[in-house]
Order: sequence, then structure tokens, then C-alpha cells
Amino acid sequence: MTTPTIDRETAAETIKSKRSRRAAKIAEAAGAGWKLLLFKVVALGIIDALALYAALVLFQSEQLIPAILLLAITGIANWVYFSRGNLPAKYLIPGLIFLLVFQIFVAGYTAYIAFTNYGTGHNSSKESAVNALMLSAQERVPDSPAYDVTIVEQLGEFSFLVTDPDGEIELGGVERPLQPVDNAEIEDGKAVSVPGYNTLRFADVVANQNVIAEMAVPLSDDPNDGALRTPDGSRAYVYLSNLEYDEAAGTMTDTRTGTVYTDIGTGAFTAPNGAELRPGWQINVGFDNFVRAFTEESIRAPFLAVLVWTFVFAFLSVFTCFALGLFLAIVFNDPRMKSKKYYRVIMILPYAFPGFLSALVWAGMMNQEFGFLNVVLFGGADIPWLTNEWLAKFSIILVNLWLGFPYMFLICTGALQSIPDDVQEAARVDGASAWQIFRNIKLPLLFVAVAPLLIASFAYNFNNFSLIYMLTGGGPRDVAADVNVGATDILITMVYKVAFVGSTADYGLASAFSIIIFLLVATISVIAFRRTKALEELN
Amino acid sequence: MKVNKRSIAAFGAIAAVSALTLAGCAGGGADNGDSGDQESAGEITVWVDADRASVLEDAAAAFTEETGVDVKLVQKEFGDIRDQFVQQVPTGEGPDIAVGAHDWLGVLVTNGVVAPVELGDSAGDYEQVAIDAWSYEGQVYGVPYAIENIGLLRNTDLVPEAPTSYDDMIAKGQAAGTEYAFLVGLDPEAADPYHLYPFQTSFGAPVFGTGSDGGYDPADLQIGNEGGQAFATWLASQGATGAGVLNTNINGDLARENFVAGKSPFFLTGPWNVPAAEEAGLNLAVDPIPSAGGQAAQPFAGVQGFFLSAESDNKLAATDFLVNYIGSEEVQSALYEVGGRTPALTSAYEAAVASDPITAGFGAVGADAVPMPSIPEMGAVWQFWGVTEGAIINGAGGDPVELWNKMAADIQAEIE
Repeated sequence: MTTPTIDRETAAETIKSKRSRRAAKIAEAAGAGWKLLLFKVVALGIIDALALYAALVLFQSEQLIPAILLLAITGIANWVYFSRGNLPAKYLIPGLIFLLVFQIFVAGYTAYIAFTNYGTGHNSSKESAVNALMLSAQERVPDSPAYDVTIVEQLGEFSFLVTDPDGEIELGGVERPLQPVDNAEIEDGKAVSVPGYNTLRFADVVANQNVIAEMAVPLSDDPNDGALRTPDGSRAYVYLSNLEYDEAAGTMTDTRTGTVYTDIGTGAFTAPNGAELRPGWQINVGFDNFVRAFTEESIRAPFLAVLVWTFVFAFLSVFTCFALGLFLAIVFNDPRMKSKKYYRVIMILPYAFPGFLSALVWAGMMNQEFGFLNVVLFGGADIPWLTNEWLAKFSIILVNLWLGFPYMFLICTGALQSIPDDVQEAARVDGASAWQIFRNIKLPLLFVAVAPLLIASFAYNFNNFSLIYMLTGGGPRDVAADVNVGATDILITMVYKVAFVGSTADYGLASAFSIIIFLLVATISVIAFRRTKALEELN
Repeated sequence: MKVNKRSIAAFGAIAAVSALTLAGCAGGGADNGDSGDQESAGEITVWVDADRASVLEDAAAAFTEETGVDVKLVQKEFGDIRDQFVQQVPTGEGPDIAVGAHDWLGVLVTNGVVAPVELGDSAGDYEQVAIDAWSYEGQVYGVPYAIENIGLLRNTDLVPEAPTSYDDMIAKGQAAGTEYAFLVGLDPEAADPYHLYPFQTSFGAPVFGTGSDGGYDPADLQIGNEGGQAFATWLASQGATGAGVLNTNINGDLARENFVAGKSPFFLTGPWNVPAAEEAGLNLAVDPIPSAGGQAAQPFAGVQGFFLSAESDNKLAATDFLVNYIGSEEVQSALYEVGGRTPALTSAYEAAVASDPITAGFGAVGADAVPMPSIPEMGAVWQFWGVTEGAIINGAGGDPVELWNKMAADIQAEIE
């Protein structure tokens, strides 16, 4: 601390400039070789070609924003790698691109979904909804006969050459109702061609199936008689549509009841009485999902109880695992302990099993009548491990302890071994007791190392879906409660039930919940990290 | 220098990979855009699970040979198909055809991702329950291929004669002197409404009434009627505080183990547990499910089949493949050989029934079965149904009829 501050800065600057000069030299050396330049040009050329192709394809499918983004990223990458400077960027850009694709895009997309009504019945665009409605509205006239049909073509326009069940042969197109013809060529009782028209082979039919599948050939001038459509190119049936779409007005009319369904901005065609046609389509609903998360009765009512239990569960999970892990780490770190290696291997075993599998096995062991725990350990006792509200909560913590202590044991062992022995020796020389050494020296030093991991562990357990889902499924449930939420449900399992298990999936609401949970976890983590920083400064 | 070369090569590689990733995403998006233009592609994509893929390969080859249209079979996990289909069809990347179960229809139709399939006159060639199951709001949405339902599996060495009623079954089971008179797999908390449903229907309490088009009517919730209340009382009488025949601690695995070990003459289950019992050398018969409440005991039927995408650009070829190939006796019989489920096509069904008495037994029970409701409202029913049954059987929560009424009211509220 005797050196004046200014000098230190200059010194730092000298080091920095030295470093950057060296880096520049390396970069220059790297860039100078013509082989490398060639490699760079070829590699970037391939990337650019791919990107350009991808962008063209995106433009073609009218996805403008991704196309522009792709071009912008490629442009930046080119600029970075062809410019002389920008050394840090040269290292960072691949990582940044991965970050963008796999992290930021996913998070951004979740946020986007949270503001839409995406879910069952609002799954797609309005266009597909109209298409699907029109498809399912086409109903075959009950008991109408099947017509043999041959697809014929004249001047690029397709017609149906129809042999009706009575043997009458007729020809018709989309705009031309069926008309009898008499000069058709007949094979096996089915008209196969007619002069002036080309008969389509099956391959041609397949090649034009979009057009042919869309064709509706009116039976007569009266549209109420229905129209012939062919689902497979060889047989046609009489169809009538229950719905009529008026594109200009944006309305669907039910031809049987006359009800007019209008697009009123809720993402579905809606009748004046509020009845909706399904499917609807995806729209932006603003903050609706967030408002629902806090106001909808079935969610709000159990929310507080679940929130409290989530915190209790996450805290107790971390606390119990850490306490046991630390205790064992201290015991196994003692030089007097023999055959430590073997014990340590056994300790880590639970960590090696997949967690959800262990949870399932535990669920079996906790069976009230036939489970290992009751039958063997408790001599045939009748303990409702998973079906009593409080015992189920206890069981969850217990199983999570079994699953989680090896991890804490490992990190505590590592942290303990990194604490220099001379610190302890000095304390001992000063006359500190073993407890004092632990309490005042080891523990604070340990906390500096493991506190971030404890926070991460808390965040993990806060969203420990698989354990709850596999062990108790959130149950036991109070049958008297109106909602499908049990005693051991944590926030994430409640979200799962609310969003997916009910009558319909609601991805918008689930995304909104994910964001709320993220905010909760993030807030707690930030506060906790602040505290641990203070801890570090104390030392 | 060496280091630098390598690191630059590494950049290049990483950049290339990331660009490929981007291009991959974009390339995927391309399919929906231009497939409309490439009408001569002549290929249909079918999502199928591993078991059925091998059978369909032959049908696909035959179809390709005859029509020139390629059939691309994509293997998927059966359980994932429904959600992936719902998510991918709107993006244009879904298949033309996918294998599935009829009770997915509600969700698929509500999302507008399936198209009706016109079976034409061949509709009459299928078992009626299969066509009923694959109908939704008066339209048939696929080609069924297999019917699955539960039946009463009987160990004929322990009880030689089929029981005539539930009480008769329990009496026969007790007379056999085994540890359990009757076995059915239940869950400690959620019981098992699927397996208990035939007993419920024998009291005259279906879940939904049927509407004018023959499908289930979500507005007509029947589960809470008088029959349902009688069923609730009966459940309590068979549960922990009553006769103790129904035990929620015996789950499906334990029930199978005990039956295979000869600890019970009766096991209410489906064809999936037959191989285990046959391997153990038991002599088996499949009986109709005995009635507990006096009326017919109707189990749920699950019907598997293939459905058609609403966004398919190959509707004609796909429909042709569905109706004329998957709907053929050869394919349906071949699918029966690998899956062991009763075929949906009557001619294939009759062939299967003639060759195997166990299949015939399940088929006979299936003739009485009702399709599991496929309307989306069924989701609301499941979440209350099992928990209430579990509470009644365990004798927890008080009066069974009150619990049952509360359940019916909760379901009604959830549907509205």
C-alpha cells in the first residue's frame, strides 16, 4: 500500500498495452499466412452460402424477421473475421451465436407465448383455423351413394367423369354442374375416358392432389343438393357444408341454424350468444395471462399454501442435505478415520442413480401395506407415508435428503480440504477449542466457497418437479377441496396441473407462470448473492 | 504459429456449426413454404411407433409399388405423438398420417389439426364400437385398427366356472381358498376409474349421456346420478371399512404378481397382462365382467388407429393409403400379430377370434364396451374422479354419497 495509486495505474496500463501489442502481433502473424487467409475465405464462404440459402428460404416462406436477423448476424460475423482488429470479438462470436440461439431465443419465446392465448383450441393461425373448420364442416350426405370417378383434364382444367351407381355417366367441373355424356369409354362398368379430355393416371392425380382434393363438383344448379368431392381420386361422395365462410366480412355462418359467428378479437369465431367455434387461432392477449394467474379462483385459492410449502420445501431440502453432507464430510476428513475410500464410494451411490427413478423406487418402498419401510423396518406397521398430508411432506424431505446429501458431501469435502491446515494449527496454538475452530474459522471459510452452490441448490429445489411428480404426484389431495392441488404440490407442479392436466392445455398461462416463478427465484438469488458477497468481504 | 492456425480452424468449425444450426432451423421452416409448389413430390409421411413400423413397411412397399407414391415412416414414441402432432401440424412440419388412440380426438379436433376421413362404404366393414370411437361430432376422423378393453381374467385351475355376478365371483373366489378373492390394480391416491368403470356402469352411471349424433354430450354429465350414488355406497362397502376386497395399496404390478403367483383366481385387467400369466403356466379364461349393480358391466374401449393431418398436402394419396391399405385385412391381421389387440376390421377380427380363445374372450367383452369419451371435457373428469374413488375406498373423507356428489359438482364447475 505504499505505492501511490497513480503509479499502479500506469503500471497496469503498461501491462495492458504490452498484452494488446502481443495479441495484435499474434493476430497479425495468424492473418499473414496465405493458407490461413484461404482457409478463412473458404470457411466463411461456406457459412455465407448456407446463410444466404437459409435467408432466401425464409424470405420465400415470408418469415421476414428471422431472415433479416440471420443476414445481420452473418454480416457481423463476416465483418469481425475479415477486419484486422476485433480480436476479442473473434473469440466471442461463436459463443454469442450459441447463446442467442439456445438461451435468449428460448427465453424470449417463452415471454412471447406468455402474452398469447396459445393452448388447446388456439393452436395456429386464423387461416389454418378457417381451413380446419371448413374441412370438418364438409359432411357426407347421410346414406348417399358412392360414385366411381375418373379425373379428366381439358386445357389444364380438371373435371370429374362420374359413373353413378345406376350406371349413368356424367361429366362436371367446379363451375359446371354434372351433365350426362354418352360417348364415354367404359371399362368394368366404370367410365374411364371421354373424347376431348385426357384421362389422368394415378401419378398425375397425386401430382395435382391439392387441386383435386379441393374440387367440389355441384350435383345440380341448386347448391343445396350438395357437391361431389373425392377423398382418394377414384370414388366420390356427395357432400354438404354446414358452414359458409364470408371472407370479406370475416364471418362464419352455420347453414343449418343460420347462426352467424363473427371474429370479435378473442381468437375464435363467436356467436352472439357467446358460443365459440373450435378451433380458434392464436392472438396476442396482453397481460391477460398474468392477471388470470392472480385472479382466477382455481389458481388463486391454493396459491398461498403452495407458495409457503415451496419455500419450506426448498429451504429444508438445502438445509438438511447441507447439514448431513457437512457432518459426513467432517467425519470422513478426519485423519483418524480408516478405509475412507470405501465409505466415500458408498456415500456417493445415491448420487449416481437417476433422481426420478429413485423417487419411483421410494414410492414403492413407502407403500402403506406392502412397502419395504413398513413391512421390514417397522415390523408390519401401518404408516401412511404418502397418503397422510404431514407424513407425505416429511417423506418428500426425507427422500430428497437421500438424493441430495452426496452432492453436499462432495462439495463440503472439497471445500474443507482446500482450507489450509496452518490456519487451524494457528488457532489451536492460540488455545481455541475444536468447536471454536469449526464455528469461527472453518465454517466461515467453507461458506465463502459453498454459498453460491447453496443458492443454486435452493433454486434447483424450488423447481424440483421430478421428485414431487414421481413420489407423490403432488398428493395427497383433500377430497373436500374444489381444485386439483394436493398437500405436497410445489409451484411448478401446480403450474403443470393448472396448465396441462385440466380439461385443456394452456401454454400461454403456463409460460406466464414460468415467468412469475423465474422472477421469484431470481429475486431470491440476487438477494442471497448480495448477502454472500458481504460474507466474502467480512473475511 | 501452430497454435494460431489451430485456433482459427476451430473458429471456422464452430462458426460453420452455428451457421448450420441456423440454416437447419431455417431449412425446417422451408418445408412448409414451398411444399405446396412441389406437387409432384409424391411422398407421404407417416408417424408410427416402433412396434407398428415393421408391419407398415410391407404395406408401404406395396403401396409404393402400385401407386408410385413413396411412404416415409418416421418412428416416434407413441406417448409423444399426440402433443407433437398438435404442435407441429400448424407449422407445416407435421406428417400426413399418424398413429394414435381415439381418445386424442377431442384435443386434435379442437386444435383443428385432423381432417375427417371418408371411409365410404367400407365403414360397415369395421366393428361398430371402433367406428363409434373414431367418430367425433358426426364425422369419422381416422381409420381404426385395434380395439382394446379389459376383461375378467380367470385362473381355471382355481375356479372352473365363470361367475354370474360380482357377489358370485367373490363367493367363488373365497371358496377357492386363495389369499385374495379378486384382484384389481389400484393407486393409493387415485384408485383407478378406468378399471372400476364396468362396476360403475353396472349401477347405471355412465360419465356422460349421449347426444343426438351418437357422441358423448358434455352438457349432459351423468356421473352424479342416482346410480352413481349407489355405486359410491357400494365402493365404500367393498373398501377398507367394508369387505376389504378393493385395496388401494395393491397397485397394478402387485396385482399381476399376486395373480401370477396363484394367490387369486380372478384378475380384472387387459390383454397386456396375459403374457405374464401365460409364461407362468396358468390356465386362463377371459370372462365377461360380472355385474355389481344389476345392469350390464360395460368397460371402456380404447381404439387405436391412424388419422390424417388437416394441413396435409397429400390428402388424396394419404386417404388412399389409409382406406385401402391400412384398412385391408392383411395389414389389420399383421398389426394384430405384433400388438395382440383385437383388430377393428370385422374380417380380421373374426380371423383373430377364431385362432385364439383369449382374444375371443376380450373381444366378447369388447362387444359390450363403450368408447372412452374423447371430448376434451373428459380431462376435467379424470382429475376428480380417481381421487374421490380412492377416498371412498379408503374410508377417508366421510360419507361416500356426499363425496360423490361433491365430485360431480366439482366436475360440472370445471367443465363450465
